[in-house]
Amino acid sequence: MHSLKEMRREFQRAFNVSTNRVKVAIGLGTCGIAAGGEKVWNAVNEYVENEGLDVDMMSTGCLGMCYAEPIMEVHMPGEPRFVYGNVKPETAVEILERHLKYGRPSPEYIVGQDPRGFEPAPNIMELKDTGFFKSQVKTVLGRCGIIDPEQIAHYIAFGGYEALEKVLSEMSQIEVIEEIKRSGLRGRGGGGFPTGRKWEAAYNSPGPKKYVICNADEGDPGAFMDRSILEGDPHSVLEGMAICGYAIGADEGYIYVRAEYPLAIKRLRKAIQDAEAMGILGDNILDSGFSFRIRIAAGAGAFVCGEETALMHSIEGKRGMPRVRPPYPAQSGLWGKPTNINNVETYANVPGIIRKGADWFAAMGTDNSKGSKVFALTGKIRRTGLAEVPIGISLRDVVFDIGGGIQNDRKFKAVQIGGPSGGCIPASHLDTPIDYDSLIQLGAMMGSGGLVVMDEDTCMVDVARYFLKFTQEESCGKCTPCREGTMRMLQILERICQGQGGPEDIDTLENLALVVKSTSLCGLGQSAPNPVLATLRYFRSEYEEHIFNKKCPAGICVELLDIIIDPAACKGCTLCKNVCPADAITGERKKPHSIDPEKCIKCQACIMKCPFGAITKG
Amino acid sequence: MTAITVSINGIKTTVPEGTSILQAAAGAGVHIPTLCFHPDQEVKANCRICVVEVEGRNNLAPACATAVSEGMVIKTATRRVLAARRTILELILARHPQDCLHCSRNGTCELQQLAAEYDVRYNRFPRDEWQLPLDYSTPGIVRDPNKCVLCHRCIEVCTAVQTVNALGLANRGYDTQVVPSIDHDLFESPCVMCGQCIHACPVAAITERDQIDELMEAISDPEKVVVTQIAPAVRLALSEEFGGEPGRLRMEQLVDGLQKIGFDYVLHTNFAADLTIWEEGHELLERLQEGRNLPMFTSCCPGWVRFAEVYYPGLLNHLSTCKSPQQMFGALVKTYWAEKMGIDPEKIVSVSIMPCTAKKYEAVRPEMIDSRYADVDMVLTTREIARLFRMTGIDPLKLAGAFPAPWMGEYTGAAVLFGASGGVMEAALRTVCELQGGTLEKIDFCDVRGMKGVKEATVYLNGKPVRVAVAHSLSNARVLMEQVAAGESPYHFIEVMACPGGCIGGGGQPLTRTDRDRARRMQAIYDEDRGRQRRKAHENQEVKALYQDYLGSVMSHKAHELLHTRYTLKRKNT
Repeated sequence: MHSLKEMRREFQRAFNVSTNRVKVAIGLGTCGIAAGGEKVWNAVNEYVENEGLDVDMMSTGCLGMCYAEPIMEVHMPGEPRFVYGNVKPETAVEILERHLKYGRPSPEYIVGQDPRGFEPAPNIMELKDTGFFKSQVKTVLGRCGIIDPEQIAHYIAFGGYEALEKVLSEMSQIEVIEEIKRSGLRGRGGGGFPTGRKWEAAYNSPGPKKYVICNADEGDPGAFMDRSILEGDPHSVLEGMAICGYAIGADEGYIYVRAEYPLAIKRLRKAIQDAEAMGILGDNILDSGFSFRIRIAAGAGAFVCGEETALMHSIEGKRGMPRVRPPYPAQSGLWGKPTNINNVETYANVPGIIRKGADWFAAMGTDNSKGSKVFALTGKIRRTGLAEVPIGISLRDVVFDIGGGIQNDRKFKAVQIGGPSGGCIPASHLDTPIDYDSLIQLGAMMGSGGLVVMDEDTCMVDVARYFLKFTQEESCGKCTPCREGTMRMLQILERICQGQGGPEDIDTLENLALVVKSTSLCGLGQSAPNPVLATLRYFRSEYEEHIFNKKCPAGICVELLDIIIDPAACKGCTLCKNVCPADAITGERKKPHSIDPEKCIKCQACIMKCPFGAITKG
Repeated sequence: MTAITVSINGIKTTVPEGTSILQAAAGAGVHIPTLCFHPDQEVKANCRICVVEVEGRNNLAPACATAVSEGMVIKTATRRVLAARRTILELILARHPQDCLHCSRNGTCELQQLAAEYDVRYNRFPRDEWQLPLDYSTPGIVRDPNKCVLCHRCIEVCTAVQTVNALGLANRGYDTQVVPSIDHDLFESPCVMCGQCIHACPVAAITERDQIDELMEAISDPEKVVVTQIAPAVRLALSEEFGGEPGRLRMEQLVDGLQKIGFDYVLHTNFAADLTIWEEGHELLERLQEGRNLPMFTSCCPGWVRFAEVYYPGLLNHLSTCKSPQQMFGALVKTYWAEKMGIDPEKIVSVSIMPCTAKKYEAVRPEMIDSRYADVDMVLTTREIARLFRMTGIDPLKLAGAFPAPWMGEYTGAAVLFGASGGVMEAALRTVCELQGGTLEKIDFCDVRGMKGVKEATVYLNGKPVRVAVAHSLSNARVLMEQVAAGESPYHFIEVMACPGGCIGGGGQPLTRTDRDRARRMQAIYDEDRGRQRRKAHENQEVKALYQDYLGSVMSHKAHELLHTRYTLKRKNT
């Protein structure tokens, strides 16, 4: 049993030794790769080789600063760690040339420094003080972007598997469950069911065979929290699952991960292999007598497979379709056996709770919602990325402090929280604390943590239409309200956006939304109307504008746009006439032009072309 | 079990733990509408018509899938509930063809009834019907996917009861459809045409392939001699179509009615059922003696034969080589009977009236031409005959009665038994036991009767125990077949009928919802058997004459030519 402790010391020593070497780390999560991280890696690699430099290169997961990807860090012995953002292959070489050869950081590319106990460089902000990190806590994401996710040694050096060791050596199953219950941890996948109670139910279900499932079927548009954890710190999820397995009495686990996450799958496979090779997973873990194996099941990308019963059907090889509950998975789950299902972030929270104690965890958050939550910030926000915040923080803090406010100084309009099952929250509720219950009050939900920020140029009817289209396409087609009802709602929304909405449409829409919500079989259908109901609640006038005045106030719904040339501002330069693909613009040189609305296809090319700002949409 | 008291619309009722709201309400006399719910199936809870309000619960609860709990306060007819139900109906109806007037389920359609009940007089949603081609690929059943309401009842019966797995779901969301496996034609799927999906379907998305027009064309042709055979299960269930209890219609009345419709000669499949016992009984004795290809399975049921062909092609030698009574009859009617009657077989149109949709398929199997003609030209189901009676203004229950034509009209009680699961076995046992010498004192073999899925018995032939089993529904047949495949079957002789309850529950019978209805028909079969003077197949005098005059002897060369066959799957309907 002492072997893991010894190993940890050894790994820590090795890691510390490595900190005394020159190191270049590049973020190679999916976000980093998409931003061009691999090109940076190749350029750096070539540079280091050509120059014959003695440098350790390391790939890390996502630090959360998607807006600044690709990210490159430079560690010099005895110096802070410098994080460079928006690095291109050329600039990377330029930065390294100065930094490695002459010891001169390039402040213009630096997003922040992390002193790690050394003298901070002057005039450079510390990472933790930057707007993006200031209000964040790093518990679940603590290791993401710091360690190499493919090195189990790094995980162990940073306290990894200490919790599993503790559980196996000194805690009973009930003690583990009590600890989780006491922590107040609630499911991070959407519903927010207390995790400890879920485990307890699975523990209480009799049977020699039980399963642990990790739901990594992250499907909300704009959500990538789970992917980042899996890519950046896969062992934390494995450890959480193994602890759950021990607590409920399961010896087998499945990670149901979407096939669209190839990097996450690759890293998980490696992590499982490494853990098994070290005796941390598999038979007789750490000589404790407890055995636990984890398999990966790749999902084919159906959103509904995030619903637990559909997910289990999918693992069993059946059509991913939810069934009626009860029985709950804890009683009859995968292949009819008691099963505990939690999502990635929930499991990733578990080792920390065991290691640092329930009280430490419960100190974060609000009365009914403890701990931290990871959010994926997207949309019209300045700093897109992944932020981990204590639950209870206000939406305003997240949008304006962490996210830096709205791009291009536009006005904030709403934030969509909880993905397609959530709702839009308007500016008037920006000071609402983000916790499970407050969000439900507002007609939204915590969901898995997608946070899409919208500015004044967003049409809320169009937003509702977008989400409805998504849920409609992702409905499994089993129950009538979800299969037929969401489509009919979508048809009404499309009609409204096209200017063909009738006076009865809002009533029908609202009516139908309430029926779909209250009669659908699973969470997908029950929450599918939320975006419609929330926009009707906070932005009803926009619907009315579309229907009664045939106007889209945000200027998004093309069919409702009028493109107008202001004759006073038009100088008759003919640029707009030449660019118009529909020959809709007429006018003589040096005389005000005009647009034939019958011919105009609202492509807005003229607006972009006009040097005088004379053409507007209205 | 704990008793639980709930309040339904203010009515206090006490039910056992685990009871659904739907059951509890039914017990309290409160009607809750259903569509996907089927009393003999697992709860699917997908139509959501049965939603009710439960105090303390935010959303509406599906009554079929929600178990009652102590003190539950249930309201089944609030404004909210009614509005939700009506909306759901509007949603379904907006995609359902509005051709009720010329739909085969007009008047028996569950959706139509719901629309009437909920007074859906207008629809807020524009009509958006599927425009899909009908599936006419099988000779037995027709699928109209346009009418499907996605209740999944057909899938459930095909998968759980029959384990045929011919039907499944394709696509997602609004495009979700019930389709034959891998979206092929039904005939390319494992479908055995048992037609149980027809009974399961609440609308007319699955029906039998109607051959009434074909029949009327033959009847109206003065050159043709239309001869029909009636299967034993038909008459019993036909009464139900005219408001009578199973079995109330007398055979003479049915014969009378068919003659009035214009059939030239009305005969009985029962005759061939007796004949089957002669042949199959001897075949069994032969196999027992030689210890060859045991257990032997009956082969009267074309759905079962096709099931064996699809799923157990390597075990087909376990099937009896006897043709089904329908096909024995067909082979004889254009040879022996034509000769006896002095009618040119060319002119004979051989029609059979069956409780079965798979029989339509069996008749067109390529092997079934041993008379050098199509042995059976067309097959009409009980439902088609009922329609024909209605169309021609005949209520058979009110007819005086007439007698079948000479030759091939006589039958014993044993033949009647063929209509119920266990009947072929019982008929065979009566004969086989007596063929070994002596006379049976007790001829009712009650062990093989009833609705139990697999029934078994042991009889002694020459002092040796012979173990027999009877399975109805193909899921039960599969169990027995798996034993054979594993070399672990303890049996010598096994009867299989594809449909629950046997032919009385056949795919061509009047729409049947529950096993209770099937059990009632079964009883009518036993009543008729008991009432017959001759109850053993080998006592059939006309069959004796057939052997003397024509076939020579049981299992003779000629008998083999006309009455036996070898089955192999022919995928294409050619």
